[in-house]
Amino acid sequence: MRYMPHTAEERQEMLVKIGVSSVDDLFADIPQEARLDGLLDLPLHESEMTVERNFRTLAAKNLSPYMTPCFLGAGAYQHHVPSVADHIIQRSEFLTSYTPYQPEISQGTLQALFEFQTQVAMITGMEVANASMYDGATSCAEAVLMACRVTRRKKAVVSGNLHPHYRDVTRTTLQFTEFETKNLPPVLEGNEDFDEHIGSDIACVVVQNPDFFGRVQDFTALADKCHEAGALLIVVVNEVVSLGAIIPPGDMGADIVAGEGQSIGVPLSFGGPYVGLLATRQKFVRQMPGRLCGQTVDQDGKRGFVLTLSTREQHIRREKATSNICTNAGLCSLTFTIHMSLLGETGFAKLAKLNHSQAVTLAEKLEAIDGIEIVNDTFFNEFTVRLSGDASSIVEKLAAKDILGGVPVSRLIPDNPDMSDLLLVAATETCSLSDMDQFVAALKEVL
Amino acid sequence: MLNNKGRPTQPAAVDSTDPQMETFTGNKGLELESPLIFEQGVPGRIGVDMAEPETVKSRLGGLDRKDPIGMPDLSEPQVLRHFVRLSRQNYAIDSGFYPLGSCTMKHNPRINEKVARLVGLGDLHPMQPTSTVQGALEIIDSLAHWLKTITGMPAVAMSPAAGAHGELCGVMAIRAAHEARGEARTRILVPESAHGTNPATAALCGYKVEAVPARKDGRMDLDAFAAKLGPDVAGVMLTNPNTCGLFETDVKKIADLVHEAGGYFYCDGANLNAILGRVRPGDLGVDAMHINLHKTFSTPHGGGGPGSGPVVLSDALAPFAPVPFVTRGKEGFDLVEQTEGAAQQSFGRMKGFHGQMGMFIRALAYMQSHGADGLRQIAEDAVLNANYVRVGLQDKLHSPFPGICMHEALFDDSTLKGTGVTTLDLAKAMIDEGYHPMTMYFPLVVHGAMLIEPTESESRQTLDLFIGAMSHLLEKAKAGEADDFLTAPHFAPRRRLDETGAARNPVLRWTAPENSDKEGTALSAAS
Repeated sequence: MRYMPHTAEERQEMLVKIGVSSVDDLFADIPQEARLDGLLDLPLHESEMTVERNFRTLAAKNLSPYMTPCFLGAGAYQHHVPSVADHIIQRSEFLTSYTPYQPEISQGTLQALFEFQTQVAMITGMEVANASMYDGATSCAEAVLMACRVTRRKKAVVSGNLHPHYRDVTRTTLQFTEFETKNLPPVLEGNEDFDEHIGSDIACVVVQNPDFFGRVQDFTALADKCHEAGALLIVVVNEVVSLGAIIPPGDMGADIVAGEGQSIGVPLSFGGPYVGLLATRQKFVRQMPGRLCGQTVDQDGKRGFVLTLSTREQHIRREKATSNICTNAGLCSLTFTIHMSLLGETGFAKLAKLNHSQAVTLAEKLEAIDGIEIVNDTFFNEFTVRLSGDASSIVEKLAAKDILGGVPVSRLIPDNPDMSDLLLVAATETCSLSDMDQFVAALKEVL
Repeated sequence: MLNNKGRPTQPAAVDSTDPQMETFTGNKGLELESPLIFEQGVPGRIGVDMAEPETVKSRLGGLDRKDPIGMPDLSEPQVLRHFVRLSRQNYAIDSGFYPLGSCTMKHNPRINEKVARLVGLGDLHPMQPTSTVQGALEIIDSLAHWLKTITGMPAVAMSPAAGAHGELCGVMAIRAAHEARGEARTRILVPESAHGTNPATAALCGYKVEAVPARKDGRMDLDAFAAKLGPDVAGVMLTNPNTCGLFETDVKKIADLVHEAGGYFYCDGANLNAILGRVRPGDLGVDAMHINLHKTFSTPHGGGGPGSGPVVLSDALAPFAPVPFVTRGKEGFDLVEQTEGAAQQSFGRMKGFHGQMGMFIRALAYMQSHGADGLRQIAEDAVLNANYVRVGLQDKLHSPFPGICMHEALFDDSTLKGTGVTTLDLAKAMIDEGYHPMTMYFPLVVHGAMLIEPTESESRQTLDLFIGAMSHLLEKAKAGEADDFLTAPHFAPRRRLDETGAARNPVLRWTAPENSDKEGTALSAAS
């Protein structure tokens, strides 16, 4: 077996040195009746060539969005990942290192984390960010828990236009705690009214920008209302490229920003692994979940970086920890940092502008089709379309023509007959004009 | 300054005796520094070429960003060089021995990376119609089959994103199962030696955590455990093999006792590597166990993530598993994404979309490469290597729990008593010898703990050299040469770092110098 170095002779010699007669003696603590004598009922080992062939065969059973017009979004977006980003994360020193517990020999990971935290704080308009969470949805749930700790209140009000997965994950995460969520119903027309829900017992209000239907909104007034009531405003961003074009949540008065960073540097990979973003104000740092990297100096006075404020974390605080999380998104935060560094101020703004112009172009083409209506007046790179029929079956018909023509809202919000004809459509820099024209032509055929 | 584990976090004020020849650049040969990325930009550069945006009528509703962000502009070769330089300041399994106990730092095969990036896998969108992702769903189904077979368990929840997330999944399933029976149990029993995530998880599920002491032989005290059981106990969270590297010999009795009391048995599967193909947790009475794909099945650790922590479940807990899950029907594979119908009793959803697919692909490639025969060999070689190190160091270091260990060898710091050298100092001296230190000060139940997990990936020659190096260091410490330890590491990119200072005055991001007039680097109002 190519991954294990011992020869049969070496194993024998090592057993002698240990002072046992067979390898079975090393497993003597396992209760006799539970020991497995034979092999598991699974195939035997395969060569690298065979394994590669197995996966190529499986890959061929899928329709690749890379090879076909793709307009899917709903919380995960197709973007170009620069070759440099994928190359660097495959460098042995990043790929095969552990959590930087020994900072003297982990400065690479640590400095990159410090840069990641800075970039996330900058683009969200917040003061500090952590070293990442599992994904946007879990980050949202952790943000709500954090708001409850900060305010010492127990209720969170959750916008109906928050991505349904984020709503479900937040509700699931809180269900056995002393905290509760009030999930408002989706409001397709936007301008949700939170007034009657905000009171002195509310820890936070959770909104999304652009919202699940793609609408861009100003939450400044909502932030003020929250603050007057002593509550926090949590703004979720699941298309992080939008921050290059629109006013960041921090400037609107957000107290915590929970986001999904997949759009920058992370491949779609069928939904994971992604990179959760969590940013907040400096004064709330000690209530923040997850890892944090901080700047310090070494014995010679040289600048260096360490994991810090770990007294919040489970390995020290145990059941009193701010969270049970003990990993971050590691390589996904690294590829985010590399891609963002390549873009820089100029490139990030340009990428955002390009995404918006692509979506506007597509919207104009779709609006010209009879029986199609764009629901939201504002959007960034994704919008909701009302079709003249059931969106799921139209999507299936488009898929049969090898076009990935959007996400039916009913897949995420089922059991709402008013929404069965709604389709979420996204356009990023990866769509060509020809992709859009194929989409339009196919839609006309299947409608 | 000592933290609560008795571990110094501030370097001692001892003068360095190193030859400290300074260079003009601060670089030293192949040791190349890179300033923060924010200190390197010149406005107007770009590292990604893209099409010029068409001029369109904006639909942003007038909410256009007004202030610059403050990020630096760089070209592609500058960014590449920056991160290559950073990478070289990291220790990694690929560069040397990394015996970090409890972390299973094994070889990460590159075929895993290659197949995860194939067109048709790495680029799949999670919301594609299921008819267009049959190969992807087959991978999830197939990995689920391997995991269930390896553990002898009937069901598996695939979506948890990491070990601790898997724990949360398992304990939520336990709570949901009790609630479905109309029972409101309040306590979870956790051994003293458990990972910190166990009590943190139980607390997040609303349980009161009660610690169970260990016996003199490092296993959980069965009598103390039995005495704590009662109708208000929801379950026990037990790591097996435990964090002392020992198999819990009473595991079946523990399972029987907790079941008799109406509770469930959560097994922390962090140390599954030691028992692959030798025993199935399902045969030990386990109700739920997370599997760290990034440990046992080699999806890389990546400097701290991403992880993946599927949870195998018993028949009793399976109905409460989170969505989504893959089903197999006449027309192929399908996804159950809502908590209704087949998932009516599901306790909910744990993350966006369908789980850590990129990790699933790598883990399945790793399993196929090993097969049933190779998986068993993993456990045998991992345990063989740990015992080889244990025996190799037994004259130099003290084992708190003598005798055969599983995949990791645990020592305490009693041999260092009176030398002026602590476990931390020894660890830093190991860095100078070219090793990543073992896990130190964990488990907490052992004084100055040193937990060494060599994994199956290491050759006998590597282990012999390591034993030699450790013996040399320990002899040096006993010979009174403490100074070299107190000032270690000498040959790392950084000397000891001031962790106390970092925590006292947290600097968590770069900020532009106050009087910076460089366009585009001034920070927005938020900072």
